Amino acid sequence: MNYMILIPIAIYIIFTPIVGFFLEGYDRVVSSRLQRRQGPPFLQPVYDLIKLFEKQAIVVNNLETALVLGFTIFTIFSGCIFFAGGDILLVFFAFSLADMFLVLAASSANSPYSSLGSQREFVQMMAYEPMTLLTAIGFYMVCGSFNVSDIINQDVPAIIRTPGVFLGYCFILIIKLRKSPFDLSTSHHAHQEMVKGLTQDIAGNVLGILELGEIYEEVFLMAIVALFFVTKNPMSYVVGIVAALVVFFIMIVIDNVFPRVKWSNMLWITWGVTLSLAGSNFLILTMLKMAGI
Amino acid sequence: MPILFVLFIFTLLISISVSFTRNDKTRETIVSAGSIIMMLLDVGFCAWAFMQINAAGGSIEFLMPETLPVEIFNYVIIVGEIFLFVLISVLSIRHDKYHCIILSFMGTAPVLWMDATGHSVESGAMLRIDTLSVLMFMVVGLVGGLICIYSNGYMHDYHHHHLDVEKRPWFFQSMLFLFLAAMFGLISADNLAWMFFFWEITSTISFLLIGYTKSEEAVNNSFRALWMNLLGGCGFTVAILYSAFMYGSGNLTDLIYKGAWAPGIVIPVVCLSFAAFTKSAQMPFSRWLLGAMVAPTPSSALLHSATMVKAGVYLLIRISPLMTENLAGVMVTTIGGFTFFAASLLAISQSDGKKVLAYSTISNLGLITACSGVGQPAATWAAVMLLLFHAVSKSLMFLCVGAVENATGSRDIEDMHGLIVKMPKMAFIMTVGICGMFLAPFGMLVAKWAALKAYIDSNNVLLVIFLVFGSATTMFYWGKWLGKLFAVLHQSETLRDIVHKSEWYVMYVLTGLIIILCTTFPLIGQIFVQPMLSVEFGVTVGQIISDSDVRVMLMMLIMIALMPILAIFLIYNRKEKMTMSYMAGANAGDDRHFVDAFGGIRPSYLSNWYMDSYFGEKRILFPSLCIAAGFVIVLMILAIGGAIG
Amino acid sequence: MKISKSPWLLHYDASSCNGCDIEVLASTTPRFDVERFGIINTGNPKHADIMVVTGGVNDQTKHVVKQLYSQMPEPKVVIAAGICACDGGIFKDCYNMSGGVDTVIPVDVYVPGCAVRPEALIDGVVKALAILDQKRDAMKNHATCEVHYDNAGKGES
Repeated sequence: MNYMILIPIAIYIIFTPIVGFFLEGYDRVVSSRLQRRQGPPFLQPVYDLIKLFEKQAIVVNNLETALVLGFTIFTIFSGCIFFAGGDILLVFFAFSLADMFLVLAASSANSPYSSLGSQREFVQMMAYEPMTLLTAIGFYMVCGSFNVSDIINQDVPAIIRTPGVFLGYCFILIIKLRKSPFDLSTSHHAHQEMVKGLTQDIAGNVLGILELGEIYEEVFLMAIVALFFVTKNPMSYVVGIVAALVVFFIMIVIDNVFPRVKWSNMLWITWGVTLSLAGSNFLILTMLKMAGI
Repeated sequence: MPILFVLFIFTLLISISVSFTRNDKTRETIVSAGSIIMMLLDVGFCAWAFMQINAAGGSIEFLMPETLPVEIFNYVIIVGEIFLFVLISVLSIRHDKYHCIILSFMGTAPVLWMDATGHSVESGAMLRIDTLSVLMFMVVGLVGGLICIYSNGYMHDYHHHHLDVEKRPWFFQSMLFLFLAAMFGLISADNLAWMFFFWEITSTISFLLIGYTKSEEAVNNSFRALWMNLLGGCGFTVAILYSAFMYGSGNLTDLIYKGAWAPGIVIPVVCLSFAAFTKSAQMPFSRWLLGAMVAPTPSSALLHSATMVKAGVYLLIRISPLMTENLAGVMVTTIGGFTFFAASLLAISQSDGKKVLAYSTISNLGLITACSGVGQPAATWAAVMLLLFHAVSKSLMFLCVGAVENATGSRDIEDMHGLIVKMPKMAFIMTVGICGMFLAPFGMLVAKWAALKAYIDSNNVLLVIFLVFGSATTMFYWGKWLGKLFAVLHQSETLRDIVHKSEWYVMYVLTGLIIILCTTFPLIGQIFVQPMLSVEFGVTVGQIISDSDVRVMLMMLIMIALMPILAIFLIYNRKEKMTMSYMAGANAGDDRHFVDAFGGIRPSYLSNWYMDSYFGEKRILFPSLCIAAGFVIVLMILAIGGAIG
Repeated sequence: MKISKSPWLLHYDASSCNGCDIEVLASTTPRFDVERFGIINTGNPKHADIMVVTGGVNDQTKHVVKQLYSQMPEPKVVIAAGICACDGGIFKDCYNMSGGVDTVIPVDVYVPGCAVRPEALIDGVVKALAILDQKRDAMKNHATCEVHYDNAGKGES
């Protein structure tokens, strides 16, 4: 066992919240500026999280707490596999396990709104799951390995040969980051028809644990965007980070421009995008591979 | 060698003695004791065979026992086949289903003719055991034995609830044992004619068990299962005839070793695959497996999920070296991949627990089929692993649903709402079963990982697409079932535990088996699967999943195991407040009732999402059957035409 | 850090004529922008720190008000927004009215007005934040241990 991999893991665990808070603050400030208002201070997400941990825990049952904890632990764990240079397909599998914990937590609350949120989250998972797997496959086809440590040692960035996969992945980021028009199961925005959906019955410090997990998830998702640009060259990391920020900005704009759609629209659109963008990309890649290029 | 015969004869004897025992207590004792002895014999045989195989390197062949001439066995088989034909004819005439007679005749007559006129080829070994057969023996023997024990308690309760059904548990249980004996024969046979004989026996037993209740629906479904399986049997017969006349060989192994460069090998492979499609309920033939769910649960668990339907994919795994990059392989992967996706879509709209399990079985068999059709060692490795994990997890799921049905009177998923409060132990076992079917560190996903890699390496884009979309829909229908189980109802009480002790033991053992499989799969792969693949494909097959991945998966398993402990620490002595779940402030005392606009109290009812107007049987079953049938017909014609031309 | 830097709102209309509700919502619009103070309108009592009630409490809503209040985690404050919420307003003498919100749950800040002006409401919220901080300090000093099942708001038939 190589103990050197513990270093990136430690860096990830310690510094991710900082990056995550930065992204969240950026999100909220930019959103309010887009709406022509002043908006909250940049550190607002930090205040929110600290407040949540200071509040009394209100629970509907103890199982829910355990499941929320499972979500956060497995989210962090899958991020650890990623930053330790592990198998990217396994990372996504661990991620879906974490998501499953979250949805089960909502189901266990047995309330109409939580239930609604959990059912919608299942649909969202069904919508984005093919694309996440195809993203991993895209890296495999270009780099010949599922391991992140091999993917970052390429001479040419992966995006050159997987533009379709990249666009498809950015598309499902809208769902993953809970941005409108696909924020069906829960949303950071105000009061709505399913109130808070998925997180309805999760409160106080349990909600804090959940938010922490979501921050880790957000950073990890953006890191994958950067992964498309990373090569052997250290400068490529800068390119990757800039690209991730640009994608994140586009997500915020989309969030503010579109109204929420119905689940069926989301499912068909997402599957259609997955098939057309990633599918055609794969066909071309396979043909190139068979032609020996 | 003798221990195999002892196992076979012993199982037959139990079957016969059970069929003549009318006293419930005596019969249950015979079944329990017989199952346990059978499992011990089975394990003993596996250990013995495993040592022999290691010593011999590859596989062990049994030409025939030296003391007995082959002819005796051939006569037994001829008589047996005639008996099956007569039995099917009599029952078909009684129920006016004459097409079954024709199909049975078409399947049996050529084989009989070959035997009678001496055209049959008896070269080489009649029986052959390799590590794959040993694995199958483990699955069939252990899972089968456990299900037989379970059937004691189940049939007792079943006849308690279903007074309109004629009470014939002796028949039911004796058929289960007879079936196990046939399965033992099927997986050890190497001679195609022998294999075909056992193949037809399993079809017939499945037919008899589906019709157990003798209701009109059951009879119709049983005949549907029969004609589809007999049709597949015809494909098997064609393959036997072809290989006998063209290659002068009647052995599966000959076909595999010599066939790779033989001209026209695609034809028997396509015919055998066709037989396997019907047996494993692949898409145009999937409807019989749905119909088979009318049978009592032990038979669904044993025949229609764990073992009999596995016979089809077992055959495919056997012949998978012959499907490397030819049209037969294309046909098998296309049908398998399509079935995986379409059946998992159909499962979304089902609320009947057993129907969901049936569709999920079809879907997973599709995945195994697709893996074996790739014809690459890595994909076949995945197929064997999927087969193993699926057999154990799915039989456990069936047994759970059966036990829940007997305890609550319903097997609808909606009625399992809050099972974690009502039957905590059952909910835990079911959770393990469901997670074993699709979640990350558990078995099926490991195999899926390998499958995905193999598909990409073989440049099969269509299959990759089927797999990723099928995985997504699979996650949806299992996830919402899990969600139902996990709903915690306030102020609700545990149901009285009326599940028999023996049923609990069986389910515990199966749960343990899943966990053992999940933790030891790399070893199983190394000891059992890789040697078999090395022999079959003629190349040295290395490790399929790298050590670091295995470590990560084991870490995840350990973390999941530690979760409850961590949660207890977190919950213990915490300053928290229990509230009711949010119902817009209108809860009426608990979280299942609310105050309506007129001040009255109404119950709330939470239902899962079924999307019937999108994924319902009415909407997509027929089109997908048509598409699959089109695939089968076109690809068969192309493959056979290409081979002849 | 002060907990008052991130107050989340729950707005409940007990029997308001909607005049105050519109003003409450208006204060979340870009013109008044309460998010400057980190305020978010969650609509979920379990996430909320501040409960804003508009309208007086009548027979039908008093259980709901009680229950929503019981589902909020400590520390929490209640704002009665508008004159009806403060003491019943012009509906005070109706046969079904209990009166102001304080007849059912403890109120921390009264913001009168018919309808309440967004400026006044924001002022009230800022006042409430000071109380929220006090309550949080009190809670830290006397940690309470409540592990009981809350049956408040049992419906009537």
